[in-house]
This record gives sequence, structure tokens and C-alpha cells, in this order.
Amino acid sequence: MKRTLIRAAVGAASLLAIYALQLGVEAGFTEYVQRIVLLAGINVILAVGLNLINGTTGQFSIGHAGFMAVGAYAAAFLGVKLAGPVHAALGPGPLADAVIFNLALLAGALLAGISGLIVGLPSLRLRGDYLAVVTLGFGEIIRILFNNATFLGSATGYFGDDPSGLPTYTNFFWVFAWATAIVLLIHNLTFSQTGRSLTAIREDEIAAEAMATPTTRLKVIAFALSAATAGIAGGLFAHMQAGVRPEDFRFEKSIDMIVMIIVGGLGSISGAILGGIFVAVSLELMRDLQQYRLVLYALLLVVIMIVRPQGLLGSRELYQVFRKRKSARRAEGA
Amino acid sequence: MTQFLQQIINGLSLGSIYALIALGYTMVYGILKLINFAHGEVFMVGAYLGFYAAGALGVAGFEANHQAFPLYLAVVVLILAMAGAALLGVTIEFLAYRPVRNAPRLTPLITAIGVSLFLQNAGMLLFSPNPQRYPAILSEVRFEVFGVIVTNIKLTIFAVALCLMLGLHLFVQRTWTGRAMRALSFNIDAAKLMGIDTHRVIRSTFAIGSALAAAGGILFGLDQITINPLMGVLTGLKAFVAAVLGGIGSIPGAVIGGLLIGLAEQLTAGYLSPEYRDAITFVILILILLLKPEGLLGVVRVEKV
Repeated sequence: MKRTLIRAAVGAASLLAIYALQLGVEAGFTEYVQRIVLLAGINVILAVGLNLINGTTGQFSIGHAGFMAVGAYAAAFLGVKLAGPVHAALGPGPLADAVIFNLALLAGALLAGISGLIVGLPSLRLRGDYLAVVTLGFGEIIRILFNNATFLGSATGYFGDDPSGLPTYTNFFWVFAWATAIVLLIHNLTFSQTGRSLTAIREDEIAAEAMATPTTRLKVIAFALSAATAGIAGGLFAHMQAGVRPEDFRFEKSIDMIVMIIVGGLGSISGAILGGIFVAVSLELMRDLQQYRLVLYALLLVVIMIVRPQGLLGSRELYQVFRKRKSARRAEGA
Repeated sequence: MTQFLQQIINGLSLGSIYALIALGYTMVYGILKLINFAHGEVFMVGAYLGFYAAGALGVAGFEANHQAFPLYLAVVVLILAMAGAALLGVTIEFLAYRPVRNAPRLTPLITAIGVSLFLQNAGMLLFSPNPQRYPAILSEVRFEVFGVIVTNIKLTIFAVALCLMLGLHLFVQRTWTGRAMRALSFNIDAAKLMGIDTHRVIRSTFAIGSALAAAGGILFGLDQITINPLMGVLTGLKAFVAAVLGGIGSIPGAVIGGLLIGLAEQLTAGYLSPEYRDAITFVILILILLLKPEGLLGVVRVEKV
């Protein structure tokens, strides 16, 4: 009882803190910087979600842009279609907007999770890198589908029924509230018993199975969850711009996500957060080098794999790195 | 009926290209258990090497004079492209894959994705991202057999692919290196203990696989008329599915898988809708993983610790 109260208080306090930060960011930064901050937050969600399957569980997905696309389209479509009934029930206002937005996001996450289930079930029953190939195929096919879906605007993209484009619900508060919630959820999952089983699957699948770990079920659950978080990120992304286009979710987007988690360290949540921010900022810095960006990213991937395959942090968390340093210093002093 | 036969002819020629590429996937996977994602890009570079080799040998002059490009020069183009691609394959293996050979499973996989991405984008910078019209190395001759239109290009594709696959079969079965490759795919550590220079054999595997992919690239250019730096992504994916369908690690399996994928794609394009021609491969992949993950000709291997 007391713990629940404390948790509720901490939750409310962090929401207030995010709200205060939003006021600060909106007052203190130009719109250009604000956009980068929002993208960084969305990237954090993507990276932490992808890290759950690629890093913690060791099953490599290289088509996560496809799940992001599913979430983005679903949230965009529902964000437009839900407006009527919700406004009729609650009347227009910030409360109605929040309800519409979050319902749309959740629906996007649900659909992305279901697609994850469909993609993951056949490929994760097997050992080996089939998931990589199946997700690569999925990412390409889903784009072809959206390219041909006339009710979603085909190749031009979906811009809602209104000529001004989609309602832009996404702001600092929602991005970072969702990012915080997802980071917490995945952090708690990773350090729970289930999370230990996921790590065991990564380290040695045969041994994990011998210890009666339901490997297939856990892999599929982790993958569907990871797809669902990509769906949330997609929904936030969709409502940040005026519309969603199939080419927003090209193979490059999946590669961006992979770079995020590799740079920070596969399997490390704080590494994924740093990686997400790194990609958002470096994309802006390299804007003029657009055509060289992916060449550089590709080289970065290969060089990291050869020189430091564990990434910046390895599979440790940031606080573990500091703790280790501190104890090492203490040992030296003694 | 004629339409059906027409689709079969087109499917077989497309399928033999997939088969050539699938061989490279299956050989590397058989030995290193690595999905060589860069293989599709080697195929793309092979097509461009043929493009530039034909340019250097003056294909434009022949086209302007409405003359056929001499057959011996076409063979030179094919050999140059295959040699260039073999060199590229060996370089990739040496620079990127060898340093991570003994690393955990994910490391080589990510390296392969990185190399693939690098070649795609380096290709866009070097060759321009716009599609290029493929030079007429063979001038098209059409003839009709029982109402079905057959071109000499489709026949050549089929014949060249068949010859190369037969050559590979003889190489793997009859030569010392071929026997060493089979030994490596059976048990790499035991092969090492028998005094086989594994580095050398792996190098030859990459060289042969890449040369076959380059031949596939030239045939693809002849068949589809245009090439672009991203053509390796989807074609490579289809060829990989072909390898899985036939049973990954199995050389005859890759050939059968390639032909089946080509047929399935053409029949889908002809009878359902051309938009779904790329999606059918994906459906086949899902089905094969669900129903018979070891593939048509693959053997079920018991996992040992």
C-alpha cells in the first residue's frame, strides 16, 4: 500500500517535471532545436525497444522501420478518425486531444505488436539468423503495401482528411512521458527473472533450453514487445509532421536504429539512450553530407564490429560503469 | 496455355539468375554459418563491372552502327566482371569477415549488414543512383515456338547459368579444393586438424560465389534492361530465400530453389498482379520456415553442445 502510494507520487512528480521541462524547452529553444529534441526522444524509444530484442535477447531484427511504419500509419489514421466521436463525447479541448492521441498511439502499438507476432512466430521457432532475413523482407514488403494502399494515400502518403495535414499532437511532454514509461518498463523487464532468461537465450540458447526456459515463447514475446514500442515511436513521429509517407520508413531508418544500439553497446539500456540521442544529433550535423551519411554509418558499423564489438558501454549500464570506477578507485586508495 | 508456357519460360530464365546468386549464399552459409548480406551487393557490382567493361570494349560504337556486339567480346565482358567480383568477394572476406571469424554469432552478422550497406551507398556515389540502361551485349533475336515467344537472351541466360552450375558441381565434386570445401562445411575444426588451410579454402569459396553472382548480375542486366545500385537488396533477398527453400548449405538445393522462386514470381506477376511479385517470395519464406525449415533438400542436423 505504502509502496503504491510512493510510486504514484514519484510518477506524478516526474510527469510534472516533464511538463515543467516542456515549458522551459518551448520558451528557451528555437523550433529547429525543439524538433531535434523531439526526434531524440523518439529515437530513444526506438533504440531502447530494438535493444530488447537485438541486444538483450540476441535475435537480430533489421527491419524495425516496418513496425514503426505500421504504428505510424495506424496512429495517423485513427488520430483523424477518432476525432469526431471523441469530440462528440467530451467536447473539444486539451482533454479530448490527449484521449484521441493516446488511444491512437496505443492502437498503433497494438497493430505493430501483432505484426511482430506474425513475423516473429515462424522465424523465432528456429535457431539461427532467420529473423534478420524475415524482418528485412517484412520492412520492404510493408512499404510496398503502404505504397499501394489507396485509402492511406499510396505513395504520396497519408495526410488526413483536412488539407492542413495531420493534427500535430506530438509535443515534448508526450514524447518524454512515453519515453520515460517505455524505458522504465524495459529496464524492469530486463532486470526481472524473464529478462535474465532473455539474456540466457542470447548467451547460449541450447543451455537455456536445457534449463527449461521456454525459449520460443520468450523470444516471440520480446520481439512483439519490441515491435510495439517501435509502433509507439511511429505514432509519435506521425503526429510530429503533417503526414506519413512510405519513404519515411525505408531501409535506412532500420539502419539508423541499428547504429543507435551498436554505438552505445548492444544490450545496454543507457547505451541505447545515448545512441538514440547520438543519431538524432549526428543526422542534423551531417545534413549537408546527406549522400555520405550512410557510407559513414556503414563504415562505423564495420569498424565498431572489428575494433570494439561491444560498443561504447558493452552490455553494462551507465551507472554500473561509474560504480565500477568508484570501487576501483577505492581499492587503489586502500 | 500459351500464356502459361510463356510465364514458364520467363520464370525459368529469371530463376536461373536467382539460382546463380543463391549458390554464393548457400556455399558461404554451409561453411561459415554466416548470412553474407553483402552478396546481393556483389551481384550488383558484378552487373556494373559488366556495364563498364562493355563500355570500355566499345559497345556503344557497335550499337550506333546497328552491328551486333561480337560474341567473343561478350565472353570477355563476362570473364572480366566475374574476375573483378571474385576479387571484391575475397577483399570483403579478408578485410571485414576474417577479423570477426571467431567472434560471437551476432558480430559477423552485423559486419555483413555493414558491408552490404557500404557497398550500396558507395555504389550510389560511384555509379550514380539513377538506373542505367544495360548495353546490348547480345542483340535480341525473337522466334516463336508453338505461339510462345522465345528470345535468344532468355535461352542464353538459361544456358550460361546451366554451364556455370555444372562447372561448379564438377569443381566441388572432383577437385581437391572442392573436396576441402565439403570437408569444411561438414566440420571446420576436424578439417583444420587434417591439415587443410581453412583460410585458403574460405577465400576460394568467396571468390567462386562472387564470380557466380557477377555472372548473375550481367544476365540480370540483359534480362531486365536496366540496373541500379539498389538492385542487390531485393534480388539478394529473393536469392537467399531460394537458398533456404532448397535447403541452406545444399548446392543442388540452391539451384532448385532459385528456379522455383523464379517460376513463382513470374506466375504471380502473370496471374495475380505484378505488384505482388515481390511479396510472393516473402510468403514462400514464411511458409518454408513454418512447414519445412530445413528446406527441400536440406538435412536435419541434430544440435550438439
